[in-house]
Amino acid sequence: MTASFDISFPAVPVSPEADTLRLEVRAFLREWLRDREPIKKAESWNGFDPAFSRAIGARGWIGMRWPKEYGGHGRSALERYVVIEEMLAAGAPVAAHWFADRQSGPALLRYGTEAQRREILPRIARGECYFAVGMSEPDSGSDLASVRTRAVDTADGFVVNGTKLWTSFAHHAHYMILFCKTESGEDRHGGTSQFLVDLATPGIEIRPILMLTGEHHFNEVVLRDVHLPKDALLGKRGDGWNQVMSELSFERSGPERFLSSFTVLVELLRELGPRPDARSTLAIGRIAARMAVLRRMSHSVAGMLEASKDPALQAAIVKDLGAVLEQEIPEIARLLVNVQPDPDSLNGLSAALAYTIQHAPSFSIRGGTREILRGIIARGLGLR
Amino acid sequence: MSEILSSMVTRVFADHCSDAVALRAEEGEWPEALWRTSEEAGLPLALIETGEHSLGVPVEDAFQIVRLAGKFAVPVPLPETMLANWLLTRSGLEPQSGPLVAVANPALRTDESGTRLTGEIPSVPWGRRAGVVACFERSGMLHVAYLGRDGFSVREGTNIAREPRDRLVFDVDLNRTAVAPLPAGVDGIRLRAAGAALRCSQIAGALESITAMTIDYTGQRVQFGRPISKFQAVQQNLAVLAGQAAAASSAADMAAEAFAEGIRLCAIAAAKTFAGEAAGVAAGIAHQMHGAMGFSREYALHFRTKRLWSWREEYGNETEWSTWLGEGLASRGADQLWAEITAI
Ligand SMILES: Cc1cc2nc3c(=O)[nH]c(=O)nc-3n(C[C@H](O)[C@H](O)[C@H](O)COP(=O)(O)OP(=O)(O)OC[C@H]3O[C@@H](n4cnc5c(N)ncnc54)[C@H](O)[C@@H]3O)c2cc1C
Repeated sequence: MTASFDISFPAVPVSPEADTLRLEVRAFLREWLRDREPIKKAESWNGFDPAFSRAIGARGWIGMRWPKEYGGHGRSALERYVVIEEMLAAGAPVAAHWFADRQSGPALLRYGTEAQRREILPRIARGECYFAVGMSEPDSGSDLASVRTRAVDTADGFVVNGTKLWTSFAHHAHYMILFCKTESGEDRHGGTSQFLVDLATPGIEIRPILMLTGEHHFNEVVLRDVHLPKDALLGKRGDGWNQVMSELSFERSGPERFLSSFTVLVELLRELGPRPDARSTLAIGRIAARMAVLRRMSHSVAGMLEASKDPALQAAIVKDLGAVLEQEIPEIARLLVNVQPDPDSLNGLSAALAYTIQHAPSFSIRGGTREILRGIIARGLGLR
Repeated sequence: MSEILSSMVTRVFADHCSDAVALRAEEGEWPEALWRTSEEAGLPLALIETGEHSLGVPVEDAFQIVRLAGKFAVPVPLPETMLANWLLTRSGLEPQSGPLVAVANPALRTDESGTRLTGEIPSVPWGRRAGVVACFERSGMLHVAYLGRDGFSVREGTNIAREPRDRLVFDVDLNRTAVAPLPAGVDGIRLRAAGAALRCSQIAGALESITAMTIDYTGQRVQFGRPISKFQAVQQNLAVLAGQAAAASSAADMAAEAFAEGIRLCAIAAAKTFAGEAAGVAAGIAHQMHGAMGFSREYALHFRTKRLWSWREEYGNETEWSTWLGEGLASRGADQLWAEITAI
């Protein structure tokens, strides 16, 4: 035997501060979400509500890890983890601030100018300023490096032309982080950069693309001769690919990667009552077991990020296993209880199932498809 | 685990558990050199945390030893003996030399005088070799006694890895042995969970091993002019295999922690459910990627996969533990579900 195999998920030490914080968040959410219907809770991190974002911003639960001088709260990755998992488990509408808190804010913190940080980060942390992620295009999905949108130098900045696709909540966002080509040439990865784009800039058209449910969630963002100032360039010119890749561990390992169907599980338990039949108790226990292990792994990745390690491989494993679980939960639930999935039903399980069954296919597509993640794991194993 | 301990244990197992030893063990031969060397290294005492008999290794390290035992598929009852010695010392009794197994089964009963112990217990690991540490109820309280090898008869059986799993029929005079009450916080289900926690670590070790073997094999086996690991379909399978192995490893850590925290049942129930399921998925992929080679007795894969198929059943399979977990969650209700999951 010559190959060695060691992908470890180090244990995370217990933290009394995090426990206290958890109870605080729980109490707040119980109050705020008292009348929220199961079908709204089922939206998980697609639930958009600026009032909620402002309320938790006021509590200090956005931008938690950022320095205080930029409106942040100087807290740990593990404390942030507790806050977001409590919100997702409770079905809180986190979408408005979600991308800004998770990836755009941290990108600005690393690559933005001092003026941008001072201007924008405090607004994000207050829950007032929202971001969209402009990566995918009509001809570039998994093969992100093939993007065609291009920024060309001018005397005072850049001019951008191209089309971004599937851009979640661009119609509500103030800014978009744009990933596009800046150089021509052979290097597939080397010629790209990231830009901070104010979505009010002339030349940007945001067109709705309805989802299969009829909801307006994502968009086509067309950029025609859009003039960007010089300081819109985020980070190093030509280094866009590396910058985007370093965001992915944050994007892929969080509790949003195994909690998307949690409302279905809660409503299933409500429907089954305190003494379900043997088949149902077994199913509930089995799902809970997998959730507990995934949660431990996801938590461990947060611990590694806090310790400045690069857990890209572990993050891909969490997302891959998490999506499988999220997709199985509605499939298991529908066979245990005799309810028809119906978005208009007053029955919580029926409505939550209707929402989640329709959204489940996206769980293994958004943020990197199942096949791409498994390719990343294979590379981590030294196979590619 | 400390480097020194890990390399010492690895050396003991690597030196004394060759494929030839494993094959002869399947045929019923006791690997005396492997056992003796393990005992000389003190490994059967590794779970004893304090006192004169303690090796002085933390509980997590003791579970790492168990994981290595799974990785090397050692055909001796080392985890069972570690647990039995832990139970003896926690009950104020002396640890014992030689292989041991703890038995906690309500089928073991004392008579009215409390001096005669009888009962029939199926599937006792290494019953034909091991001294028995028995748990039983006497005058409404759980007790423990070291029975040695007297007082029971053996009907031999095995699991599919050909590890002894024997039916023991007890008829013991308890006047001839030291009996002590079980320590606080230990009872029948917790002993079963302790066994399950050990199996989780063994499963994690075996999964680590079959993943490495499969990566190795697919890198060497050439078909259609290239190593089969260059085919995307094979890579996707290997990624799933590695994911299951890594996750089961995390589950095993969870179970080991739960043992150290007073045998917390819900964490072990979740871990054994997860590890048992991962064992089946991973063994299936490992075999698929090996083609016919993995099916041959000469090739070492089956020493691990047959154990995985056995260990996932032992000390409670996925049905037993997930039902236990599910009953608790359902009884506490939908609005407590998340709080319960975070408490696992
Ligand atoms: C709900 C939702 C929200 C989204 N929000 C955003 C957003 O806000 N911003 C943004 O930029 N993007 C967003 N996306 C887009 C998302 O990032 C892409 O869908 C994803 O990267 C996959 O690209 P694609 O859809 O073009 O699929 P494709 O890349 O065309 O893939 C189609 C299929 O082919 C497989 N495939 C592709 N290449 C390979 C390969 N090399 N080997 C094996 N199989 C392969 C894929 O796995 C998949 O199964 C969103 C998507 C969804 C569903």
